[in-house]
Amino acid sequence: MSSNAVIPDEDGPLFAAAKKVYPQRVKGRFRRIKWALLAFCLGVYYFLPFVRWDRGPALPDQAVLVDFERRRFYFFFIELWPQEVYYLTGLLILAAIVLFLMNAIAGRIWCGYLCPQTVWTDLFFAVERLIEGDRRDRIRLDSQGWSASKIGLKATKHFVWLMIAWWTGGAWVLYFSDAPTLVKDLATFQAPFSAYLWIGILTATTYVFAGHMREQVCLYMCPWPRIQAALTDSDALNVTYKFDRGEPRASVKQAAQLKAAGQPAGDCVECKQCIAVCPTGIDIREGTQLGCIQCGLCIDACDDVMGKLGRPTGLIGYDTLKAVEARACGTPPPALRLIRPRTMLYAAIIAFVGGAMLYQLATRAFLGMSVVHERTPLFTTLKDGSIRNAYTLRIANKRSEERPVAITLDAPMGTTWEVVGAQQTADWRPIVVIPPDSTLDVRLFVTMPQPQARGPSQMIQIKAADLSFGENASVKDNFFAP
Amino acid sequence: MTNPNPTAHEPDFDAVTGQSTTGHSWDGIRELNTPLPRWWLWTFYVTILWSIGYWLVYPAWPLISSHTTGFFGYSSRAELTQEMQALEQRRDIQAAGLKTASLEEIKSSPDLSRVALARGKASFAENCVGCHGQGGTGAPSYPNLTDDDWVWGGSLKDIQTTIQNGIRWTQNADTRMGEMLAFGRQGMLKKDEIEQVVDFVRSLAKLDTAKGANLAAGKTVYDANCAACHGEAGKGNREVGAPDLTDAIWLYGSSREAMIESVHNGRAGIMPAWASRLDPVTIKALTVYVHSLGGGQ
Ligand code: SF4
Ligand code: SF4
Repeated sequence: MSSNAVIPDEDGPLFAAAKKVYPQRVKGRFRRIKWALLAFCLGVYYFLPFVRWDRGPALPDQAVLVDFERRRFYFFFIELWPQEVYYLTGLLILAAIVLFLMNAIAGRIWCGYLCPQTVWTDLFFAVERLIEGDRRDRIRLDSQGWSASKIGLKATKHFVWLMIAWWTGGAWVLYFSDAPTLVKDLATFQAPFSAYLWIGILTATTYVFAGHMREQVCLYMCPWPRIQAALTDSDALNVTYKFDRGEPRASVKQAAQLKAAGQPAGDCVECKQCIAVCPTGIDIREGTQLGCIQCGLCIDACDDVMGKLGRPTGLIGYDTLKAVEARACGTPPPALRLIRPRTMLYAAIIAFVGGAMLYQLATRAFLGMSVVHERTPLFTTLKDGSIRNAYTLRIANKRSEERPVAITLDAPMGTTWEVVGAQQTADWRPIVVIPPDSTLDVRLFVTMPQPQARGPSQMIQIKAADLSFGENASVKDNFFAP
Repeated sequence: MTNPNPTAHEPDFDAVTGQSTTGHSWDGIRELNTPLPRWWLWTFYVTILWSIGYWLVYPAWPLISSHTTGFFGYSSRAELTQEMQALEQRRDIQAAGLKTASLEEIKSSPDLSRVALARGKASFAENCVGCHGQGGTGAPSYPNLTDDDWVWGGSLKDIQTTIQNGIRWTQNADTRMGEMLAFGRQGMLKKDEIEQVVDFVRSLAKLDTAKGANLAAGKTVYDANCAACHGEAGKGNREVGAPDLTDAIWLYGSSREAMIESVHNGRAGIMPAWASRLDPVTIKALTVYVHSLGGGQ
């Protein structure tokens, strides 16, 4: 037998070039909602860094600011320190569960209306349509050979895209520094290199993702559609082609012939408008699918067609699988079940996590203290035989004013204490002044006479009392003796 | 049957995968030919080119007595020297305030004392811990610097003087001097006198004494031999480094044996004079640091 036989690859090539999608302009209810949300989201993103919020003279007055240099995060009235980054965990849990809830109620609302990928891609489509024209013009332009006018149009488009992308990157860095100052520094080339670098990176990602990769991000890169597929159920509203409105699909003329012959015909006239407007280039009539970001634009397109033909609109619309199936069997569709175990569970988790975070925030301590016991030496014997221990206290003042804090002890009678560099008050309480919005390390010496100083160790409590706001903090630590 | 030993010129393919083979066969097992992917190969070539550039700009080849230095003239030692110089410069800026300020001023200014404490701590770790231990805790015959008992004085000025001039450091003219004689070895006191005086001193410090000890005789010996330096009440004298004998701190141990040994052989601990090794600013910083350890007066 010959050994030279090449076994052909039965599965065909592993790679197929992406087909370019040319979404068509569309008008209607969902398009209007999308424009409004687009304007709102981009408005927030581009202008939020310029919103001011007064926090007193010692602190920055930018409403939303991630201050890496001083290690603070500001969000309007909230100020977080690095050790409180666990709020981020809470936010991430909330974000996930809110997405789940949205999905259980009305499908991929996030994907269709709110996701940055969708919003920026939508904006880039708008620019493209404005410059190169609608679907047909763009298809024709791309199939033409290169000419001066084609180069002109393409260059203009990419220039505008790059400008938008650049502005997007520019707005990003403003969240990390005082926005007006940074704008001035950027314009005069005084800004730090990292600012330019990040603008460059975000310009590139915006331009590539929204201008070139578009639906491919959703189809190939994003994990959410996969998760989504596992989360949806037959009670969730989804953009649906209502096959209960009859099959087969036929043009108006064919349908009339079929009906005349006493055969069934559906409402869909096979105009393929829903495919033409779809930003991911899919056919919703094949059913709910991974490629559908549920933007609702095919609803607008189809409603337009149905309206012109005088047929009832809503051949494509938000509907549940259960309702469509029921109608197809001729039974009355069940009522929409917004309240069901799944949504209740999600809502309960949201309420619990949100409530816990609010509680944390409301009861957040503005005075904090931690203590480290001196190890070398663990204790010192003094001339009169009494024992002294040394501690380092780190006192955190999370308010924007300077605060005097008195240090006291819960320890056996006769114990004395001294804070290095502190003033003493009349009642022997050492007082340290903590600068606004910072921590201060101070050294505390605690001396216990014999016989109170029992070895090897006993518990004492160190207390910090804020004299201006009446807040307290306390820590327990060991007092060592021979 | 497949050809068990095809020649290299005859392309051979594996029947299962359709992949070509290298033509090698061992015990009837043939080796699939899996060439490197093109991108891998190109990456490999690029790294070779890159390495040539690397040889040219950085030190690379050993010569008989030296090595090629490269276009950049780079050397990691030079880089280190440069960084150390930059560090010294930065430290000098910070330490500028320490130069002119007095010890009291340094101690009471939060900014100056922060710099002094940091610098003092570093210098202490380099120069002092060998004897005085981490954190100045001391050891038998090496004083603990965190307590409130000072042989030569615990004020800022005293500490500075001690660090600068040392103790019994004969190369330094201003060094601290004082002598605890070897009363027994030099025949000034007899064995029973030593025991008597030790018991008397122990009574001053409220330590237990030997049964039936003759404290009165001990006091006579003490007054005649010890009071000159340690004072009549045994409170010591910092001028000559004679320690307080009434407190709870015993540099050479508080056992009866240790005390007898002290009287018999004498004691004369030595500390180097750091003025010849450390600059005045570092000594100031060390002074403030030692003073801050807890015992400063
Ligand atoms: S699939 Fe992913 S990227 Fe696409 S719209 Fe949804 S969330 Fe955004
Ligand atoms: S099928 Fe309709 S809803 Fe889905 S992505 Fe396309 S246009 Fe949007």
